[in-house]
Amino acid sequence: MISVKNLCKSFQKIDVLCGIDYEIKEGEVIAIVGPSGSGKSTFLRCLNLLEEPTSGEIWFEGEQINTKNCDINAVRARMGMVFQQFNLFPHLTVKQNITLAPVKLGRMTQEEADQRAMELLERIGLPDKADTYPIQLSGGQKQRIAIVRALAMNPDVMLFDEPTSALDPEMVGEVLAVMKGLAEEKMTMVIVTHEMGFAREVADKILFLDGGVIVEEAAPEEFFTNPKSERLKDFLSKVL
Amino acid sequence: MFEDFFGKFSRAFLEDNCSGLRLMADGLGKTALITLGSLVLGVILGIILAVMKVLPGKSIFNKILAGIANTYIAIFRGTPVVVQLLLFYFGICARIDIDPVLAAIICLGMNSGAYVAEIIRGGILAVDHGQTEAGRSLGLSYSTTLVKIVLPQAIKNILPALGNELIALIKETSVVSFITVVDITKVAGNIIAKTYEPFVPYLFLALVYLVVVLIATWLVGILERRMRQSDQR
Repeated sequence: MISVKNLCKSFQKIDVLCGIDYEIKEGEVIAIVGPSGSGKSTFLRCLNLLEEPTSGEIWFEGEQINTKNCDINAVRARMGMVFQQFNLFPHLTVKQNITLAPVKLGRMTQEEADQRAMELLERIGLPDKADTYPIQLSGGQKQRIAIVRALAMNPDVMLFDEPTSALDPEMVGEVLAVMKGLAEEKMTMVIVTHEMGFAREVADKILFLDGGVIVEEAAPEEFFTNPKSERLKDFLSKVL
Repeated sequence: MFEDFFGKFSRAFLEDNCSGLRLMADGLGKTALITLGSLVLGVILGIILAVMKVLPGKSIFNKILAGIANTYIAIFRGTPVVVQLLLFYFGICARIDIDPVLAAIICLGMNSGAYVAEIIRGGILAVDHGQTEAGRSLGLSYSTTLVKIVLPQAIKNILPALGNELIALIKETSVVSFITVVDITKVAGNIIAKTYEPFVPYLFLALVYLVVVLIATWLVGILERRMRQSDQR
């Protein structure tokens, strides 16, 4: 579904990603872990071109997206993204946050979008928040709504950039539960996370990034019980 | 003392069936028209210039747009508005039959646009970049993201500064008599030319400006509170 070929990204003189090759298949849940500064977030942000790759190719559903001819807006409409800092639109109500993109992009009428927004809010248990503004919500509520906002576009893949890192500990669970629900529905997901327990439970594959390359990739059990590289062993000894 | 004051006021404004007051009202109408006209033009120009300066990407096209905006702002901020008025009306429009009020609106609006541009640019830059990223990640174009997500937040934040600009404009319109517009300041001058008593008419003139500015401040305050709705916890 997404294939990444020899992806490199440099900021000024610093090489953040140095040749990443990977293929994400439909329905897979991929967790990306690694020490800070390893390029996890940059890798994720390259997938929908929030960062422009310095070199290499990104293919999504059979189309190379990092070329001049690609309509990046149409591609992004099929890729949902959830940010560490939620990035809800503070001047819009919860419902307006969810319906803005589907209506503006002509996917739905305002009525259809409103109805869809309410369905999605029911699903995460926040229908009573439809007409409130983001500032009135807790971090966990904001992040769940940010997930729903991305889902309102009916994306083919969801990208999560450390979705629980800015949350109070007691709110992490509610966000992870929503993500787990998505995984059970076979949504293709790419998740940059520090939640090792969650990665182990939900992911099909875990990638370990360090120094801008994929050092190791494995299924969760293998990844945690039988790490091969020294760097991963060292990393796991610190985080587990 | 008070009788004298009232006598002067009466001679200036109340004689001939209040002709002085009525002339002042006409003048105030022109002042208001020029202020509102140039404010609208200034904000529209300001948004366009600000967007020209903040466009992302380093293409030559964007650099040219930013260069044009920078040049515009440098020229209009770097020369006195009176000089701009005189140059525009008597120089550039010399051969065209243009209404001086319209000339004043165009000229003050273009001048104000240069200042408003920098205010709005500051407002746009102050909106968290994550907002743009969130909008773009949903598939919205740069322009839709700007119009629907970034600008509303920017405008809300810069409303106090825009209020300042409105107040400055109200007072700045007092220079339009340079190009033959009979605004409220010019009316006061004309009355003094008849009565030879400057103190009371000018004092009254100052009072009128003060009241207009206070009303404008009040209106901006209402608008600000309305736009801050989403900030209430």
